[in-house]
Amino acid sequence: MALGTTIRSFFDQTGSIAGFTGRFFSTGLKPRFEFRELLNQCYTIGYKSLPLIALTGFIMGLVLTMQLRPSLVDYGVESQLPVMVGIAIVREIGPVITALIFAGKIASSIGAELGSMKVTEQIDAMEVSGTNPFKYLVATRVLSTTLMLPILTVMGDAISLFGAYIGINIRSVTSFSLFFNQVFHSLEFSDVMPAFIKTFFFGFAVGIIGCYKGYTSSKGTRGVGNSANSAVVLSSILVFIIDLLAVQITDLLGYN
Amino acid sequence: MKEANDPIVITKLSKHFGKHVVLRDFSLTVQKEENVVVLGKSGSGKSVLIKCIIGLMKPDSGNIKVFGKNIAGLGHDALDEIRARIGFLFQGNALYDSMTVRENLEFPLRRHWINHSQAEVDALVLEALNNVGLAHAVDLMPEELSGGMLKRVALARTMILKPDIILYDEPTTGLDPVTAREIDNLILTLQKKYQTSSIIITHDMNCVKKTADRVALLLDGRCYAQGTYADFEQSTDPNIKQFFE
Repeated sequence: MALGTTIRSFFDQTGSIAGFTGRFFSTGLKPRFEFRELLNQCYTIGYKSLPLIALTGFIMGLVLTMQLRPSLVDYGVESQLPVMVGIAIVREIGPVITALIFAGKIASSIGAELGSMKVTEQIDAMEVSGTNPFKYLVATRVLSTTLMLPILTVMGDAISLFGAYIGINIRSVTSFSLFFNQVFHSLEFSDVMPAFIKTFFFGFAVGIIGCYKGYTSSKGTRGVGNSANSAVVLSSILVFIIDLLAVQITDLLGYN
Repeated sequence: MKEANDPIVITKLSKHFGKHVVLRDFSLTVQKEENVVVLGKSGSGKSVLIKCIIGLMKPDSGNIKVFGKNIAGLGHDALDEIRARIGFLFQGNALYDSMTVRENLEFPLRRHWINHSQAEVDALVLEALNNVGLAHAVDLMPEELSGGMLKRVALARTMILKPDIILYDEPTTGLDPVTAREIDNLILTLQKKYQTSSIIITHDMNCVKKTADRVALLLDGRCYAQGTYADFEQSTDPNIKQFFE
């Protein structure tokens, strides 16, 4: 009985999110566009997330290098460290970790913000003021996350590689130009483009789930808290599911 | 002929949530420049009624005509045109907490009059804030305002488009008696200044006494009784008398 209810609730929610996503494409992308609010959201969601992404990216590159180093030394291929770290960061670790950090910061923030706006009738007030709240609140946030995450990922990758460079120089000495030469020489189109393209989908998932959870929040402080919490959990899971699909698709297309 | 000029005509309005029937064949007419107070217990459907009037909720059946137009049959653009002529004061004020007082007031102006010049917008914002005696609070954030000030700013935002109709959802709930009377006075002052018609949802009998031209009692989803405050005060009907005890 409980299993049946859980399964039913899962399909209910999946259908509801699909409907919400459909509404984004059918309503959110039609004129009048809310350019001013879109720029405001790009600033809030993108620019203000940069310090966090930069810090985590730097630590990730540094730690990854230091963890990989002993194994490569054992096999006598220490010189391949920049190549391995570069491919790992650009293909997988950079996009996924950046998306997860982004989901933690942005999905929860959007979920809580829209949830409290709903509870305090601010969304109704917007509608009464002749504004389509879906376009003003949802479309701008989803577009911002979709556009900003790829940019943040590229920046995060670059900072991670810098962290890796520092990590190598802790135990040995390599020049900045030699390190980046080795990294970029080893990277191919099939390493960079699929990883870059999937970040648009990661960003879209984070935005749509954050907005969905906030927009459909139930009343009360518990409802807002649940919205923020479930927005992070669900968008993080979706990041992994999209990653799984992306790797299958690139494999099918022969880019692996 | 007279009815065609009435700003709000509600006929046999019904609304239910699941098995709970909130409104059942509710009918009410609001005349020009008239303040109608809808009185009722908490949870009796008063807020649902005004949310149906402004199109935030869809009734199950019945008609709501605002300026002769059936709200249920209007598209988005036509509904926005009507909404520009209706002010709605939310119970919890519903000020945008990420915006300053100025931005809160500018918001409906910019949405309805996208090409308004900045000077005109500034003048309208200042006029609205002067009306409620809060011109000095123009650059404050909502979190910096007291309960009474929040209500005044919300009232200023409601009035900024100079609407023909204002719907007040519990305007004095949660305020101290002195501030509540100040809000009552503001409602009357602004009504005289802009010749508005209003529906005021409340169970605050002082507010009813002060603001009502006519009182309608919402009971069991129906318009149970209508009359002046004096009629209600003298009534021997226990359903009416309970509000005066």
